Amino acid sequence: MAGFDPNWVVEGAEALANGVAMTVWLIAVTILFGGALSVIGAAARRSRLAWCRGLASGYVELIRNTPFIVQLFFVFFGLPSLGLRLNATVAAILAMTINVSAYGTEIVRAGLDAVAPGQREAGRALGLRGLIIFLFIVLPQALRAVFPALASQMVITMLDSAVVSQIAVRDLTYEADLIQSHTFLSFQTYALVTAIYLGLSILLRRVLGLAGRAVLGPGIS
Amino acid sequence: MEFTFWDILRNLLLAARWTLGLSLAGFVCGSSIGLLLLLARISPRKPIRLGAVFYIELFQGTPLLLQLFLVFFGLPLIGLDVQPWMAAGLGLTLWASAYLGEIWRGCVEAIHVSQWDAAAALGLHRAYQFRLVILPQAARIAVAPTVGFLVQLIKATALTSIIGFSELLKTSNVITNATFAPFTVYGVVALIYFAICFPLTRYSKYIERILTVG
Repeated sequence: MAGFDPNWVVEGAEALANGVAMTVWLIAVTILFGGALSVIGAAARRSRLAWCRGLASGYVELIRNTPFIVQLFFVFFGLPSLGLRLNATVAAILAMTINVSAYGTEIVRAGLDAVAPGQREAGRALGLRGLIIFLFIVLPQALRAVFPALASQMVITMLDSAVVSQIAVRDLTYEADLIQSHTFLSFQTYALVTAIYLGLSILLRRVLGLAGRAVLGPGIS
Repeated sequence: MEFTFWDILRNLLLAARWTLGLSLAGFVCGSSIGLLLLLARISPRKPIRLGAVFYIELFQGTPLLLQLFLVFFGLPLIGLDVQPWMAAGLGLTLWASAYLGEIWRGCVEAIHVSQWDAAAALGLHRAYQFRLVILPQAARIAVAPTVGFLVQLIKATALTSIIGFSELLKTSNVITNATFAPFTVYGVVALIYFAICFPLTRYSKYIERILTVG
């Protein structure tokens, strides 16, 4: 055991805890921004304006057919050429949000398609405005229908976020890289961190289920 | 040394061959193990089913990047001299098999249980029930989601650049370091991935439409 030092267990645990906090922070912010952007994207996909629909579907196809890590590198390394220099954490959140929103747009759109047209007509018959009908009648039903798919996409994004360690965001994987370079216990370190990710993905699924039931009512898995 | 835009494009396109090769290898090998997982997943024996569930949960619940690290640093522990291409191929195979096995299980379970009963009533052994009656029907509905997953797999090969496999992204990192033109290089790289993946996405949607109409 070259260089095994009991102090490292304490320091390592602290580093991993910080890494977990960063990963949780990244996904929490991404869920908020990505969720909102997905709803806007889905509304644009069903807009009456052709250029609005075209823009939204172009965005969805471009993002869904390119790797997340390439999007991340483009944002972090490429955008500074346009004079937009972002801090690594901001770049990571931006790339994650752009990525998850493309998938989220398609999921929410499927949910909107599933809401019976009579619901909107009933709202109009009550004299409600279009935006009110969308936000309070159609959208909640659409989100209820597709909530499991949306939650799965968020979990996938959390797992994909391991890649942001490559632009030196100090997330869980970044801390693991540091620990293994000090201890030379590469396999053991990554095995432990992989187990932590497994726990996080199970936990995130539970939390999203609870949040979904709290906001959208019972009966959501 | 001066790089023109055409030099960049040519080198990237040459590197894209490795992305395609790795995707193909991962797909073929992943399909073989995925088929075994599917059979385990629908097995009448509970321990075999649970084993397959555990495998699938493990690979779908952890980041692919960490799986690649575990293969890359784990194989030397059992005395194998590991090259980046081996770790990349094995890692993607294991990851893809978990997804393909689960996708195909959904397709098999979409076939009505009366088809199994009818096949059993004909006196067919369970293996033949699956091969002659269930599989041809399930394969029909499996094409669209399988092509859809192939797109995920092609995109996932980009992660193997991190363990040092010289595919499209690794090459683009090298070119960026030489040209200091990250905007152009990563933009072109994104377009190459798009050119590979978009036709497959469209094809998958096309098949899906045909099946829902026909």
